[in-house]
Amino acid sequence: MTTLMLTEDETMLRDSARGFLDDAAPVKNLRENRDAGRPFDTGLWKEMAQMGWAGVLVSEEAGGSDMGHRAAGILAGEMGQTLVASPFISSAVIAATALRNAASDRLSGIADGSTLYALAIDEGAKFGPARTAMTASRSGNAFKLSGRKVFVADGSSADRVLVLARTGGSAGEAEGLTLFDLDAGRAGISRDRKDMVDSRDFAQIDFDGVDATGDDVVGEVDGGMAAVARALNAGQAALSAELTGLSAGAFAMTAGYLKERKQFGVIIGTFQALQHRAAHMWSEIEVTASAIANAGRVLDETPDESDLAVSVAKARATKTAKLAVSEGVQMHGGIGMTDEFDMGFFMKRARVGAEWLGDYGYHAARVARARGF
Amino acid sequence: MSRFNENPDIFRTEVSNFISENCPAFLREMPADQREICWGGKRFEFSSDAQRDWMNAAASVGLTAPRWPEAYGGAGLSREQEKIFREEMAKAKAPSPLESFGLWMLGPALLAFGTEDQKKHFLPQITRGEIRWCQGYSEPGAGSDLAGVQTKAEDKGDHWLVNGSKIWTSYANHADWIFALVRTDREAPKHKGISFMLIDMTSEGVSTKPIKLISGRSPFCETFFENVKVPKSYGEGLSSVVGEVNRGWDVAKHLLTHERTMIGGGGGSGSIGGVLGGRSLGQFLGSLDEAVMDDPVIRTEAMELEVDSLAMGMTIERYRDMAKAGGVGNASAMLKYYGTELNKRRYEMLMSATGAFGAEWDGPYGTLSPEWLRTKANSIEGGTSEVMLDIISKRVLELPSK
Repeated sequence: MTTLMLTEDETMLRDSARGFLDDAAPVKNLRENRDAGRPFDTGLWKEMAQMGWAGVLVSEEAGGSDMGHRAAGILAGEMGQTLVASPFISSAVIAATALRNAASDRLSGIADGSTLYALAIDEGAKFGPARTAMTASRSGNAFKLSGRKVFVADGSSADRVLVLARTGGSAGEAEGLTLFDLDAGRAGISRDRKDMVDSRDFAQIDFDGVDATGDDVVGEVDGGMAAVARALNAGQAALSAELTGLSAGAFAMTAGYLKERKQFGVIIGTFQALQHRAAHMWSEIEVTASAIANAGRVLDETPDESDLAVSVAKARATKTAKLAVSEGVQMHGGIGMTDEFDMGFFMKRARVGAEWLGDYGYHAARVARARGF
Repeated sequence: MSRFNENPDIFRTEVSNFISENCPAFLREMPADQREICWGGKRFEFSSDAQRDWMNAAASVGLTAPRWPEAYGGAGLSREQEKIFREEMAKAKAPSPLESFGLWMLGPALLAFGTEDQKKHFLPQITRGEIRWCQGYSEPGAGSDLAGVQTKAEDKGDHWLVNGSKIWTSYANHADWIFALVRTDREAPKHKGISFMLIDMTSEGVSTKPIKLISGRSPFCETFFENVKVPKSYGEGLSSVVGEVNRGWDVAKHLLTHERTMIGGGGGSGSIGGVLGGRSLGQFLGSLDEAVMDDPVIRTEAMELEVDSLAMGMTIERYRDMAKAGGVGNASAMLKYYGTELNKRRYEMLMSATGAFGAEWDGPYGTLSPEWLRTKANSIEGGTSEVMLDIISKRVLELPSK
């Protein structure tokens, strides 16, 4: 297996991404998007696509840059540092992985950034694909989809929607699910963007007798879980990387503040109580960073055995981000509570990221199962 | 140049043959929990002839210190060769031929700071298992504040006169020699007056007293020095001080970094203690008679521990590669801090899972209870967790000092 250290190429990718994002997408962009009610900046997304980021997991034949999951994690991590909002994880990671065997025109649309995808999977407060109840009733080669999907990332801005629906079995069973790839404008689909704490695009999508055919099916009918499994792992790994970048971003702000803020006539960073908490936080981030690198490595090298590596990464990333943002606010004191200051944005994104694609409990349980508990 | 072939495939065959021809089947077939560590030294009682023969055979080709140069009793292996050697050892279930503080600590210090004569004299005695060393760092008044050592060595012309006492000297009662931090200049600032001295434990005036720990065991001693005459030189070019006089803190710091990485390495899931007997934590918990894993609190603790252990294992791997690629410096304090705290959590969880039976000294879980108590020292020895956090905050994060 390759090393978990960054290679020279990876260091270059990271540095160039950082350089670009520092200029093009500092945290104030998120604030501007929020104030304007924009889910993300389309001009920025075009530039990211031109640099090959949207095609990071698309083959070169289909117009992608084919850099792999480790690289996708590096990019997501850099976006996380400055809370860059974009359809990167939904489209460039999840959809590109789910459709990796699809016709190349679908993939080329993802790779050049012109086609935006969303994955509609959740139906309740918690992630759990097997609990899918939404139906796709079948007659011959035709399906009728009815039901409600919630917490669909990038759901209101997407051009197409990957939706998991039940063609057999009953809610709670992993079998009997089918993955459909539908135009978001198809008759019977209605979308309602929710006002989320992290100011990103999460939508509720209602399917009211939406017609579909076998051509819309990704993978096999009743084999939806297999069709979506690797895409979920890829998305979870990239989201973990984003959250760990977020942790590093929040930590850098906090460590910087400890070095300049004065109280009682001294720099507060001289207080051992704060020093030790900062050192502990840094240690947690370091350990989590290893799990992120490992998840990317496993997805690139042995993707069919990536559940454990991905869930270690998502569990760790979720917990570490929670620590980094709560300590971030606390160590900043009153100013950390103000909207004018950026730390709150980190806290709000960490909360949504903790839930999206499975929370700590979901992933810790998956680790336990993989380890024979 | 090494006596072994540089071609990795040929080398693999060479060491594989060497192990199968020289490591007695008796040792390789012994269950892991019955194995005894070979420490070597003049006072060591081998647990079997096979143990002694294996040590001597490995030493004859330098394989007790695979990476050390051949000129100093090592095998001169490259990193890649060492990895192959370890793989073949594991494949053959061969026990380590020799372990010692000489190999772990003094050797690396001499390789970095010793003179050519010191290396040629002291290192082969270590690799051949002839001399067993112990480490004299801490004192009753110098624990976390290690640079506060007060054991003094007065310059008496041809010798040093040493007086004072050391504490937490591991296995000092079994050791032949001690490498100790002694104060050679009482006027200088505390870091600048320390020397790294090599002392024969059979010298007149040296005595040891084992310390009984909460685990019931006595791996550590107090070591006393009463008017001990330490020659300035043990022969042509053989100073009893490593590095310059009064510059021993540099040597000590170098070794501590080394030690921390080693102790912290215990935090990955690969190194879970004897009670698991090679089983994963999940397999072990599943093997417990009562439905321990139905308890939601124990289950949650176990899951969290497993997530963190796996991530720590990846971190040890990443840091090892970083160390090879140029060093991790003070960040090694993180491995020590995190690894030892994790190991303590692991044993708390195992004690909780095994309940009343785990709390017996010699019950169905064997040595679990003394192992549990032993882990409490992990976050004290080699620098406490609090010292590690100080190092991280000051040296890595560069937070200001008062």
